Amino acid sequence: MRIFSNPNYDFIRWRWHALIASLGLMAVGLYVAVFLQGLPLGIEFTGGTVVVMDFPQRVDEGQVRAAIDPIAKDAIVQRVGTGNQIMIRLRQAEGTQVGDSLEADALRVEAAVKNAGFGVPTIASKDIVGPVIGADLQRKGIWATITALGGILLYIGVRFRFNFAVGAVIAAVHDILITLSMLAFFHFDLTLNVIAAVLTITGYSVNDTIVVFDRVRENQRLMRREPLDSIVNKSVNQTLGRTVITAGLTFLAVFALYLFGGDVLRGFAFTMLVGVVVGTYSTIFIAASIAIILSRRTTSGPATAQPQAKLRRA
Amino acid sequence: MYKNLRWKFLTILAVLVLFGGLGLYPSIASYFGVKSPAWLMAYQLRLGLDLKGGLQLILKVQTDDALKVEVENSAEQLKTALRDANITGTTVRADPAQVQFTVESVPTASEQQFRTIADNQFGQSYDRDARGGGTYVFTMRTNVAKIRREEAVTQAVQTLERRVNELGVAEPWVGPYGTAGDEIMVQLPGLKDPARAKAIMGKTAMLELKLVESGPVSDEKMLQTNGQVPAEMQIVRESSTNPSDPTPKFYLVKKTASINGNDVRNARATIDQYNLPAVSFTLSNEGAAKFGDVTAANIGKQLAIILDSQIVSAPVIQGVITRDGEITGQFTQQEAQDLALVLRSGALPATLTYLATQEVGPTLGADSIRAGLMASVMGLSFVTLFMLVYYRLSGLNAFISIVFNLIILLGFMAYLGAVLTLPGIAGFILTIGMGVDSNVLIFERIREELGTKKGIRQAVAAGFDRVFVTILDTHVASLIAAAFLFQFGTGPIRGFATTLVFGLISNVFTAVFVSRTLFELILSKKPAGATQLSI
Repeated sequence: MRIFSNPNYDFIRWRWHALIASLGLMAVGLYVAVFLQGLPLGIEFTGGTVVVMDFPQRVDEGQVRAAIDPIAKDAIVQRVGTGNQIMIRLRQAEGTQVGDSLEADALRVEAAVKNAGFGVPTIASKDIVGPVIGADLQRKGIWATITALGGILLYIGVRFRFNFAVGAVIAAVHDILITLSMLAFFHFDLTLNVIAAVLTITGYSVNDTIVVFDRVRENQRLMRREPLDSIVNKSVNQTLGRTVITAGLTFLAVFALYLFGGDVLRGFAFTMLVGVVVGTYSTIFIAASIAIILSRRTTSGPATAQPQAKLRRA
Repeated sequence: MYKNLRWKFLTILAVLVLFGGLGLYPSIASYFGVKSPAWLMAYQLRLGLDLKGGLQLILKVQTDDALKVEVENSAEQLKTALRDANITGTTVRADPAQVQFTVESVPTASEQQFRTIADNQFGQSYDRDARGGGTYVFTMRTNVAKIRREEAVTQAVQTLERRVNELGVAEPWVGPYGTAGDEIMVQLPGLKDPARAKAIMGKTAMLELKLVESGPVSDEKMLQTNGQVPAEMQIVRESSTNPSDPTPKFYLVKKTASINGNDVRNARATIDQYNLPAVSFTLSNEGAAKFGDVTAANIGKQLAIILDSQIVSAPVIQGVITRDGEITGQFTQQEAQDLALVLRSGALPATLTYLATQEVGPTLGADSIRAGLMASVMGLSFVTLFMLVYYRLSGLNAFISIVFNLIILLGFMAYLGAVLTLPGIAGFILTIGMGVDSNVLIFERIREELGTKKGIRQAVAAGFDRVFVTILDTHVASLIAAAFLFQFGTGPIRGFATTLVFGLISNVFTAVFVSRTLFELILSKKPAGATQLSI
């Protein structure tokens, strides 16, 4: 059984269209995410409190909201899990100090819910994050991403060519930005778990791109006369079956996580789902296109690009 | 053709038994309550807080406190030294906010002697600045202040360790956290009563015993002379634990403590003569000697027992006390026990503030494990089903290598004592994805090679050989990303990176070595000229 038999699509012809479409999507996404709604940072990054309470029976969100309204006006109340759980999120008030005041706020909210008369809840989980830690995590998350991308840039630069490395990294950044705007659009909070997923996408996207580049490197040795864009196009087509099957299967595995992984991992799974789709698209349309465009600039004429394979194949 | 097949097969079997035995068996045995030798059970997979439930805290040590105490002590020491040297008329004033103390009106005749005394005592740790007119300012050196801050954090870690060790939690963990240098992380997996744990950890437990000059009175102004607190004295409030008597009580006590928490060697909860909960303590030899002198000289006077700057009780000294004392007050049994615990563990050098707390109930953890397992099983089933349909018998090959991968991954983590967290389970699913990717790469390549009219053996060999470089490149790139995640990430991100790293390494083994051996096993059973391969 085969999905593609000897595919020969002219992907490279569409590179400018793809680039413009991606730029447009990113611009719209970032506009929505940053200017319209603001990035929905989780409490790990902004500071604040999240309490999940487990009630003996199903409880209405509105009732809980009414019970805590006098003491916590802008609290977010949301039903999670099986329906007996209520999540209450208190934002860090501007300028408040760390630690004890947040702790006290959380206790007051818990007391208010307990006294509201719809059963005594147990605390399923409670997270309190002071603003200092939040700022620290933000910085660390950004650093982890930048350094990971830097490391990948270096590795691909050494193993392939620098133009390819730039293509792969731009494709990864492209995937990160589009995924972030999707998260904002669908109101998923940017929690630490989600950041882990975003970083995973970076890895996935690069992984996907390397498979194609690897084929390009191999084909460059076999077809020295061919121009680079035709070699790239051929390589994309040759690996198309693998790209689509892997993407589909990873999508399935992550979809299982989305369906069965519970509330805690739903944001993670959603991020991965978006990332797999975007990552596959960027492998086919963005990474290689950038590599070709950059190679045109640096080398004139048909591809004199020499493979830099350090590891000879058997 | 495949000479080493037997050895390859045995290697795989050995790896499987090793990792399966260390990784899977102990965890499964404990889940189902099967009795097994203890050395084997030590390799049980450790679960993170998010799966096990419990409490995690990030605390900040207010290291300024430690410097403040140091500066005040130095000022006191200098005062004593000047008195001993008969240099009179000087004032010594501590200014903790500036990490310095000021000495004023040193008589001109004694200045030389004063400098010698000061340099002997503080030459190492303070910079002396002469302001003229007998005024000197001593500022703590920056490097000394830095060391004092570090010491305060180390001491806080040790104190907290002693405290949490007595909480009865299976695997408490206390250690420095973050890059700021003054943060501590405490993990208490499986903890039942977070509020009590927080109370015990946060207690500074600064115990001081000071002689009472006068009191108690309800207005602190009555203790002042001419609107000033007398020299060498301070006013301390009694902690109002008695609800029927809300009027505050103040005492005038000596500023210098007769003995303090450092002199306490042991403490335990007891019952006092009125059958109320109390805490009795035993002093070190040095402390006992000091305390003996003080009590002998002050029989009939009150001695204030001050805990965290509040008087707990002020009993009258009935006779000479040396080694053993008792703190009575309005304690509940639990409070007495907790107080004894914090006294035993020693005082914190500085107050702690909570930067972040994470509390996970045990049910949520169990739910998460179930959800994670379910997601992994479903994910694996989806993938296997597709592989079997699309690659027929070779799909089985992929399934085996992915299951091997997961077993090795679990074994790795159990053996190295890595902690499995919820994001770690997500890492499992990604590992399944990576395993599938490698298999798909190989199978697609073999199909391609078969298309070029090669024999099946050559096609399989060429497929594996060609794809090996690709797999190496993708895995190294992913490893680089995972390494940075681990380096700069925190908590959940690290858990994820850990699983990913081990998953990537074992995947190279299973997808390339195991899968290839399985293929060769099948091929060795076929006649040399066979042209059919189920792929």
